[in-house]
Amino acid sequence: MKFLPSLIAPWALSRFGMLGMNERNRRYIGRYNPRSLFPLVDNKRLTRTTLSSANIPMAALIGVVDQQSQVKKIASLVEGRQGFAIKPSKGSGGKGILIVTHKDGDEWVKASGGRLTVEDLKRHISNILSGLYSLGGAADVALIESLIHQAHHFDDYTVEGVPDIRVIVCRGYPVMAMVRLSTHASDGKANLHQGAVGVGIDIATGEALAAVQHGQLLENHPDTGKHLGKLAIPDWEALLVMASRCYDVTGLGYLGIDIVVDRDHGPLLLELNARPGLAIQLANNAGLLPRLRRLDKLTAADTRLPPEERVRRSREWFADESVFDKTIQSGVKLAK
Amino acid sequence: MKPASTLSFYTLIVLLVLAGVSLILQRHWVYEVPLIHGETQTVWSVEALVEFEAGDQPVKVSMARPADQPGFTLLRQSGASPGYGLNFVDGPDPRAEWTIRRANGIQQLYFQVDVLESDMAQSEIITPPVLMEPDWQEPYRSAIYRLSKDAWDASSDNFSFARELIKRLTEEESPQHIQLLKRAYNGRLPNLLAEVLNNSSVHASVVYGLELEDRRRRQMLTPLLRVWDGDSSKVFRLYEIKDERPLADDEEKPLLLWEQRGAPVLDVIGGENSRIRFSMLRREESTYSALNDSLPLQSSLLNFSIHSLPVAEQAMFKTILLLPVGALVVCLLRILVGIRTSGTFMPVLIAIAFMQTSLGTGIVGFILVVAAGLVVRGYLSRLNLLLVARISAVIISVIAIISLFSVLSYKLGLTEGLKVMFFPMVILAWTIERMSILWEEEGGREVMIQGGGSLITAVLAYGAMQHPLIQHLTFNFMGVQFIVLALILLLGSYTGYRLFELHRFAVLKR
Repeated sequence: MKFLPSLIAPWALSRFGMLGMNERNRRYIGRYNPRSLFPLVDNKRLTRTTLSSANIPMAALIGVVDQQSQVKKIASLVEGRQGFAIKPSKGSGGKGILIVTHKDGDEWVKASGGRLTVEDLKRHISNILSGLYSLGGAADVALIESLIHQAHHFDDYTVEGVPDIRVIVCRGYPVMAMVRLSTHASDGKANLHQGAVGVGIDIATGEALAAVQHGQLLENHPDTGKHLGKLAIPDWEALLVMASRCYDVTGLGYLGIDIVVDRDHGPLLLELNARPGLAIQLANNAGLLPRLRRLDKLTAADTRLPPEERVRRSREWFADESVFDKTIQSGVKLAK
Repeated sequence: MKPASTLSFYTLIVLLVLAGVSLILQRHWVYEVPLIHGETQTVWSVEALVEFEAGDQPVKVSMARPADQPGFTLLRQSGASPGYGLNFVDGPDPRAEWTIRRANGIQQLYFQVDVLESDMAQSEIITPPVLMEPDWQEPYRSAIYRLSKDAWDASSDNFSFARELIKRLTEEESPQHIQLLKRAYNGRLPNLLAEVLNNSSVHASVVYGLELEDRRRRQMLTPLLRVWDGDSSKVFRLYEIKDERPLADDEEKPLLLWEQRGAPVLDVIGGENSRIRFSMLRREESTYSALNDSLPLQSSLLNFSIHSLPVAEQAMFKTILLLPVGALVVCLLRILVGIRTSGTFMPVLIAIAFMQTSLGTGIVGFILVVAAGLVVRGYLSRLNLLLVARISAVIISVIAIISLFSVLSYKLGLTEGLKVMFFPMVILAWTIERMSILWEEEGGREVMIQGGGSLITAVLAYGAMQHPLIQHLTFNFMGVQFIVLALILLLGSYTGYRLFELHRFAVLKR
């Protein structure tokens, strides 16, 4: 960090259309997300039942542990399986998620390479149940899901973790999207503030627009060296429709939808977020406000259109220009 | 959930501000409470609470009450006691007397007095009490004679004689015979001094004073020694007796003499287990209003201000009324600046602790306790405990750490260190727990960011809440609370950028 932090003038930011935290909280979350619907997304178990009744695909559920006395059944639950994920139902920000990729002798191996005994697994579940990772420390349940296998499409774009696709959906219309690629710096996690790379994805085409790490633009994946400008999401339209349908199912008007693409099962919904972050704007090199204001003007009838029609409109309205192309044309080298 | 219309929102803000301003002006004009803290005189409200158990028979309670004295002028006094007859006896030995024909159970009698800090009062001549003939047993008698002779030889008049006696009795390292007396009269040194002086035909008595300190409750009187030389007399504080007062403060507190002549402070006939406790509160009043008694304290029903409450409750409110200011600081820092803290209002509670401990000690203590707590928590996390048990264990560890620091710092002669006791322990335990989880999940950097953010917020909130002008305004003007509320509501509707976002998005500047 420099001695004097560099600042941007608020009017410049406003001209750029950047959405700030206060405005997000008050104008979008406060206005479009009724408090009573929050449990739908804050409780993953509830999300599961809601979405599966609407036939939105998610990773297969191996089991649920909801009482301390059942913690020991984890051994039999994961018996014979190679990989699985343990998640707190009410966790936030990826806290408390434990991903096991395979078994080695008596021990389990994490995505980051760390090793765990059965006792470690039990302790982790016990912590989840006692509310360590839940908001306000409320009692929680642990979900055990089958492991998601990375689609070959993303090989060399990520290390350790599976990349996830974040789509912001406002009033049923996909507004902006990005892919989060884990790095060594992020310890295999897909959290941008921990050093993951965010790649903005064009709503119209599903192709990369710009990439950032730690808020700085970059061209190549820091660990694999793969050029990020070539990244494109397969089945883009189907993925957007799936994201768009989450609005109809939950009724939440400002949603962050996390989707992963599985090698065998295609796009799977990972989780919903009623308070999606702002970093997606940096990854897209574009502000959310102009797009959101356009959606603010929609009538109630517009929000009830079929998801396919909403996606078609979004792809028309929110097409964007890639920063990668720009730099090639102007010959300006991007700041590393 | 439809948001209320913008118009009604701003109407509410305007109404709140208007209500606030008019309340402030009303108090300023009608009650002449000055807006600026400087042009004032200090008034102390002191409340005595007498408690005793009555045994179903006539009761007479006689309590000493303060009179004008150098440093203090009496403004007004009143008593409250349902069913009792109350009589103020004037004269050289002013007292308040409560009487009742029949009373049963625990009785509570209140007496409140307002005194003005001023040098106007003449030191009145107080007639000395009669000399008493002490009756000492051996081996104390010879020890006392020796002490008395040494002091007498080293002094020139009654006052220097008293000073020499006090010096000898309060020295850290004293000879054998003094040690003996100190042990025998432990806690009753003023009485011993009075007896020794009386024995040398010097008029002296134990009088009682009250150390005035803002917002103190349940305080007791301090015994002091008054020595006469002819018509003039002097009061000696026995501050040097360190053993009784480990928490000796550096700054001198004003001392109000409650009883000036050596008469008993409290005399209860018809009751038992009597005791007396004091609460006190500092107020700034304009000279005019202080002297004209225009602040009715326990009068009309229309006076809804908290100044109509008993002093003990007012003292509590003085701190409570500062909380909105702390909350405002938190709002400003989170909404306009974007500082991240661990726990939304934890910094305000820490700031209140800082007000008790003083800033430097507070910060050092906070960092030490949290750091030590994190080490203990690191061990606890390996024990694989359930959450509730772990938090409880952290609370106990925090108490242990605080006790350890107190004892250590006291042994090292750092009485400042004792003040870590004022920290809210449960809050600290939760802070440690949260930071520890944060450390495991997000790494040490995030802990530093949130811990530092909390500390900065706490220091700024402390700065605001400690400011004399803000303390003066929040306590004396209820209207300020309305304006603070209006400001907080306005902040809640702010949708502009935060200062940190201007930095976070600065990469777009190209």
